[in-house]
Amino acid sequence: MSEILMPRRQWIARAGGLVATLPLLSACDAINEAPAVRKILSMGEEMNRASQRTLMDRDALAREFTRVDLSPYFRPNGTRLPAGAAYAAHAAAGFTDWRIKVTGLVARPLSLSMADIRAMSQRTQITRHDCVEGWSAIGQWTGVPLGHILAAAGVRDSARYIVFRCADRLGDALYYESCDMIDARHPQTIIAWALNDAVLPIANGAPLRLRIERQLGYKHAKYVEGIEAVASLEGIGAGKGGYWEDRIDYEWYAGI
Amino acid sequence: MAEAETPAAPLQPVAPVRVYRHRLPARIWHWVNAVTLLILLMSGLMIFNAHPRLYWGEYGANFDRAWLAIGSTAETGHLRVGEWKIDTTGVLGRWTNSEGVEKTWAFPGWATIPTSYSLADGRRWHLFFAWVLAIGLTLYMLWTVVAGHLRKDLHVRRAEWSPHHIWHDIKDHARLRFPKGAAAARYNVLQKLSYIGIIFVLLPLMIATGLTMSPGFNAAAPWLLDLFGGRQSARSIHFIAAWMLVAFFLVHIVMVLLAGPVNEIRSMVTGWFRLPPEGKESA
Repeated sequence: MSEILMPRRQWIARAGGLVATLPLLSACDAINEAPAVRKILSMGEEMNRASQRTLMDRDALAREFTRVDLSPYFRPNGTRLPAGAAYAAHAAAGFTDWRIKVTGLVARPLSLSMADIRAMSQRTQITRHDCVEGWSAIGQWTGVPLGHILAAAGVRDSARYIVFRCADRLGDALYYESCDMIDARHPQTIIAWALNDAVLPIANGAPLRLRIERQLGYKHAKYVEGIEAVASLEGIGAGKGGYWEDRIDYEWYAGI
Repeated sequence: MAEAETPAAPLQPVAPVRVYRHRLPARIWHWVNAVTLLILLMSGLMIFNAHPRLYWGEYGANFDRAWLAIGSTAETGHLRVGEWKIDTTGVLGRWTNSEGVEKTWAFPGWATIPTSYSLADGRRWHLFFAWVLAIGLTLYMLWTVVAGHLRKDLHVRRAEWSPHHIWHDIKDHARLRFPKGAAAARYNVLQKLSYIGIIFVLLPLMIATGLTMSPGFNAAAPWLLDLFGGRQSARSIHFIAAWMLVAFFLVHIVMVLLAGPVNEIRSMVTGWFRLPPEGKESA
């Protein structure tokens, strides 16, 4: 600890020199970039997840609204039109051949058609979508509870997370997201195909998107083509459980 | 005049009377809070920059009517509140960063954590220090009750509630006439009301409106969000209350400067306050 043993005056001179060479603002940003600081700050996410999971009802339902509460226009965000010939062909065909694969730690891997999805028991809910940016929109969603799909596939007890594979490429990689089994089996977590009584628009994630009502918007994966039950998020993307989590440190637990 | 028989007592420098004014928990909480609230404000402004529009009610996005918006045109930046619009070029909506690059984020880099746009990092700082604020406030509230700070120092006495007394105190403050002697060691009614307002109203309101922006919390405790009139209302109240805290801070700093900054700051560091000598007040 030479700094502490250093004569006070010398220490002050050094500190002064540091401030003089670095403008104050970049000093602040240097603190922000320091790995130790980032590690400490990320404890906030852990505390939020732990407190919400332990202190609050894990099965609590998000508020459901009525038709009069609907946003006049449901703002799309993120990808509005996935690139690529494959998606364009699906869109041109009205997504009749779209399939969603259920794989990983399941007894019966599935490949469900849109007709299969619509033949399962449905749930319709009018909920508020809260974007991490701060805005909110209320929409009515219809789809299959994810729990039904997981039950049909016979998800194994060893599965701890559900990963959602998406068809939209952002920059260098396909979008993906993940959640724990509590949110996966939550009754309001649905794979939705309709918004406000109409077939899901492309900008909102056609033909299938996730609704995970107790988390922020970026968790609601759009253009879903794969559902994978896994024991660990390691080895998927950069291992942090989602596209934005991997790239810019958005929280994996986005309940707040 | 005739000389007095007894020689006048030699003038002795009178040692200032010192009183122990701020106990250790109050001092610790004060300084932890000062840092915490600054970080929460600056990281909060970063989060606001992600969507610099405020609404009333449950929902609100770009296509809905915002009651407050910070925006930019090709050359200017502006703040709009209701129908009232003011050009804020250089400060809000359009400003130049430390490298001389023009930016169109709402609040400028010198006011946000971090200085360049990062919603993710702003949230990291905000959601960590929110815990520091909440835990610190809870402990401090308990301490004010248990240690008698609330009863002895902050409790507004019956006589102080009288409009006459409050008006008198307002006039004294406006004339910058501050109490001397032992009276200076006690909180006056405006101070009491300010500190009670901060500790028991404004800071809890910040935490409560912050919590109701959490979709997870709202599912478990929807009644709190109902109290605020919806999620976008809660966000608006959070923003307004933050600026009320800034207003408190500014008045607080002015009062410290006027009342004797060295003595005031020293008392918040060591606990010991030097009473301003009595008398010498012009009639």
